[in-house]
This record gives sequence, structure tokens and C-alpha cells, in this order.
Amino acid sequence: MIFQALRIALRSLRVNKLRTALTMLGIMIGVGAVIAMVSVGAGAQIRVAEQIQSLGSNLIIVMPGSRNTAGLRLGQGSQITITEDDAQAIAREVPTVQVAASTSRGTAQVVYGNLNWSTTINGVSADFLEARDWGLEAGRPILREDVDGATKVALVGQTTALNLFGESDPVGEIIRIKKVPFAVIGVLSRKGQTTWGQDQDDIVMIPLSTAKKKVLGVSQANSRSVNVISIKVQAGEDMSEAEAQIRTLLRDRHRLQPYQEDDFWIRNLAEVLQTQEEASAVLTYLLAAIASVSLLVGGIGIMNIMLVSVTERTREIGLRMAVGARGRDILTQFLVEAVTLSLIGGIIGILVGIGGSNVISALAEWRTVLAPSSIVVAFGFAAAIGIFFGFYPARKASRLDPIEALRYE
Amino acid sequence: MAILATEGLTKDYHLGPHTVHALRGVSVSIEPGEFVAVMGPSGSGKSTFMNLLGCLDRPTDGRYWLDGQDVARLSRDQLATVRNAKIGFVFQMFNLLARTSALENVELPLLYSKTTPRERRERGRARLAEVGLADREHHHPSQLSGGQQQRVAIARALVNDPAVILADEPTGNLDTRTSAEIMALLQRLNRNGLTIVLVTHEPDIATFAGRRLVFRDGRLMSDERGQAEDAAAMLAALPEEEAVA
Repeated sequence: MIFQALRIALRSLRVNKLRTALTMLGIMIGVGAVIAMVSVGAGAQIRVAEQIQSLGSNLIIVMPGSRNTAGLRLGQGSQITITEDDAQAIAREVPTVQVAASTSRGTAQVVYGNLNWSTTINGVSADFLEARDWGLEAGRPILREDVDGATKVALVGQTTALNLFGESDPVGEIIRIKKVPFAVIGVLSRKGQTTWGQDQDDIVMIPLSTAKKKVLGVSQANSRSVNVISIKVQAGEDMSEAEAQIRTLLRDRHRLQPYQEDDFWIRNLAEVLQTQEEASAVLTYLLAAIASVSLLVGGIGIMNIMLVSVTERTREIGLRMAVGARGRDILTQFLVEAVTLSLIGGIIGILVGIGGSNVISALAEWRTVLAPSSIVVAFGFAAAIGIFFGFYPARKASRLDPIEALRYE
Repeated sequence: MAILATEGLTKDYHLGPHTVHALRGVSVSIEPGEFVAVMGPSGSGKSTFMNLLGCLDRPTDGRYWLDGQDVARLSRDQLATVRNAKIGFVFQMFNLLARTSALENVELPLLYSKTTPRERRERGRARLAEVGLADREHHHPSQLSGGQQQRVAIARALVNDPAVILADEPTGNLDTRTSAEIMALLQRLNRNGLTIVLVTHEPDIATFAGRRLVFRDGRLMSDERGQAEDAAAMLAALPEEEAVA
């Protein structure tokens, strides 16, 4: 019976080719828009996910905070309150921490031959690259011996390398930072931008000890102080739990009383990025919701055409009833016709959506990701719309009085 | 036993505050193999009577037995099943599906009964051959003459082996010669045992039936049997005409 109904449906759809095509166009645009928009949203999500990856998804950052001294509160970072010893203690005493690396930061002019370039200088401990999941493109990393011996070696980031060396290989060359010569021992792999738009590749890394002695200098208050401690938590461990343990440890080490505020500042990047991920998911839903409106309009188009079709074919319905079609036979016939209309439109719409998504990514240079699930969902939606908007006209047809219908002019 | 029997068949229509008594108690009995013409002016109740005989409508009162089954109180769907199995309709406007081949038009009633596609094809072909259109099975209605279209419609009415053929002005849209051809075909089928009830307002056409029921004001006025004219003989006597395609 369904097969018969399908044949009847295809025949009647062939009769009015233009009308069929226009009705399908509505569903086509709807399904196409849903697929293209969801792919745009999914692209945004992937981009955020990649940025998370580039920062290190299980990274906790500790920075110096404000210190409350006799009611005088200074701003964040105004005091160098964290030290290399804090980093070592964190690595030693918090069991879920894999590495805790210290960094001293500053900006300096770097000179190579007759070129110079202002960049971020990071004085790092040997485990910094591990903490940040940062690889090398060429050369060797900064080793423990370099830090212990305060050797004059440097790693350069991709942006810095391009600006100082152009296309030539930096490894083995000598650069000068604040007139101190450093041997370039390696080139860092590309990290890209942070979520807040900072170029992470515009950087030079040197051993922490060398940085303090020769380049950035040391704090008057505490020669062991650092700007940042980057902590990598072991994969699969609870980030919030690790953060709480680190906070307890640092408060203990800094001898803070319960009534005192933290003199350091902890940021759990997983949390920050999770928020961003959620925001991009909301964007996807929003885009899908807007596109769904056009799918709805397409559905109303189907309903409209099916109502016209039922009216036009009143005599045919009357005849079918006279020769023995029951109400549900007529209902099935028109429902199948509406669903066929929306499914064919839906299939073409999927192709349009895939094409549209490619066009968007090519023209807007916006990454798009086609999720198979969105295709399945859009197709399901098209079928559901056919049933939903086809039902009323089909029911109307099935309830016609055969005598009236046969006499209809 | 009668194949169609009605007893006090009544039909009222309610149009706003007014009640129209379309049929005021009709009792009639039709035996298998009869050829009955139903006549009467418009508003006489003959159309209402035919709709009830055709199980397209339900009577307000009275009883109706079709092929031994009491069908007066059946539901819409049950009536559809009865129409499918027991009744063949022939209409004035032919009512063939456009853009559908003659064969598929004939097969249409079988779509709503339990048959296989193969069975439908075989029975459809046999019926088309019976009305002399075996070579036209793939033609669409628009490619057939009026007479040929009505033959396809008759084949369609026959395809379910119905108990009775109900023909509503089957020659109303045809010229004299083609009308005679159609009547000759119906008479041939009737002689082979088929029961036919025919509605017409043309006395000429009614003369081909062996029994004439005349309605007036919702009542059966007269019920007379007589010698039927032979349509085939009359057709032979008609002057040859230019063949109309």
C-alpha cells in the first residue's frame, strides 16, 4: 500500500513540475540553511577547542597577587609574591601535579646582525616546555644543566625567528639580548594566538637563571621570585581539586591567616575555556534556531500546496472513495505525497547545505565543520515537517463526502 | 433471492431550519440479472436513491439488503469495503484518472482490495479485452474518444466482479451512435448475467432496460416491466457515420 501510495505521489508531483519545484525550494533552503549554519557554529567550536589545546587543557597558572599590608592594598602583580621554591613545592607535594615550571617575564630588544626586534623574553625553568605542551621545530630544548649553569642559550619562537632570520636557519646563530650574546639552540613549534589574540610565537626563551643574572634582573625583595608558575596536572585528574590543593599549599607556605586574602592568583584554564566552549555551543544553537525558522516556512509552503492539491483533486478523491478507498487510504496517499515532497527537498537541501558550508568557509575564511549528526537531524526534520504539515490537508481529504466530491466541479 | 432489496428507504436532509424529505419510503426488490432503468425529473429523489443503492450514503430510515447483507447501518469504512467488493460505478463524466493509462484506471478498485500487482494486471487486461480495448491499455484518457473512455470506465466497474453495476447517466455525454454502442455493451454484459441499475432522464435510453422505475417527489411512482429494445440491432440500423476518433 505504501509503495502504491509512493507511486501515486510521484506521479502527481510530476504533473505540476514547477509547483513541486517551488514547494521543494522552501524545504531545500530550510534544510540547507540548518546544515550550513550548524557547520559554521561547529567550526567556531572546533576553533575554541584548538585554542584550548594550544594553551594546554590541563594547565593551571599561578601569578602573584596583591598583598594586603596593614590595610594598604596594592594591585594584582604589584608584589612578587611567588617563588621558584613555591613551584618546586607544588611539584613535590601536590600528587596530581605532573610539572610546575617557573617563568620570569620581560620585554627586550633582540639584535641579530643588523636586524633588531622587540619581543617577550621568558626566563624559564627546564620543565617549562613540558608544562605548556610546547614542542620544538628544530634544535634542542633548554636543559637542567643550562639553568643550573646559567648558560647563554636561547630558543626562539616562530614569529621572532621570521623577523630576525627570515627564511634562514636560526639554530647555531648568535643573537644579542641587552648586549649579552646568546647562542640559538632551537626553534619553538607554532602555537598560534591565544583566545585573547596575543601572538604566542613572538617570544624568546632563555634559562631562568641567566635571565635573572644577565637580562631581566632580580627583585630587590626576593631573588627567588618569579612572574608565573605554569602547572600541568596529570591527564584525567580533577582540575578543581588540584587547584584547591595548590591554593591550600601556597597559603600555607605564605603563612596566610584564615582572615587574609590570597596574595597570589590562580587561574584554571580548563574553566575559562569551558566557558568559551559553552558560548560557542550557544552560538551554534542560535544559528540552528534561526535557520529552523526557514525550515518552518518551507513546511507551511508544503501545507499550502497540499491544500490546493486536495481541492484540485476532489473528484479524484471522490472516485477513489467510490471504488472502495477508505478514509485511511486517502490519508496515507496524501501524507506520503507531502513526505515525499519534503524528503526530496530535504535531500537536495543537504547537498545545498554542504555546498553552502564550503562556500562560507572559502569566502569568509571561516572554518566550517559538517557534522554527520546535523545532516541526519536535518533530514529527520524534513520528514517530520512533511508529516506535520501534510497531516491536516490529508485528513481534510480523507473526510470528504464521496457524493459531494464526485460532483465537485 | 433478491440481490438488491430496500424496505421503506427514507432520506431526510437538514438544510438549516428546513428538512428536505428527499426519499419518503421506497421499497423495491431487484433480482439477479435484471436490467433496471431509474427515471424521474430532477428533485424526484432518483439521485438520492442511487446514492443509497451505491452505499455512498446512509438512509435516515428503512432497510437495505445488498447481496444478502444488511448495509443500512454500516460505518463509513465498512461501506467503502462493501462498495469495493459489491458495486461497480459508471458515471456520466467517466471519472477516469488523467495521465494514467487505461489499464491502470481499470486496476484502480483492486488497489483497495487484497490483490497482488500481478493479479491486478491480469484481471485489468481481461476486463479491457472484454470491452474491446485490449489494444488501448497504455493509452491515457486524453488519447481516447468519449465512447472509449466510457468503455474503460465500464471495465473498471467490472474488475472486482461486483454484484451490481450502477450507471448514472452513462450516455449523458455521448452522441447517439456512441450511446447505442455503450448500451449494446451493457446489454451484452446483462445477458451474461450481470445486474445493472441505470439512471437516465432520456426515455430512449430507458427503453433498453427490461424494467423501469419512475420516481416523483421522493416516492416510487411506477414500476413496470416490458420488452427491452435491442441496442445492437438499433446500432446496425443507424446510418454509417464518419468515424469519430
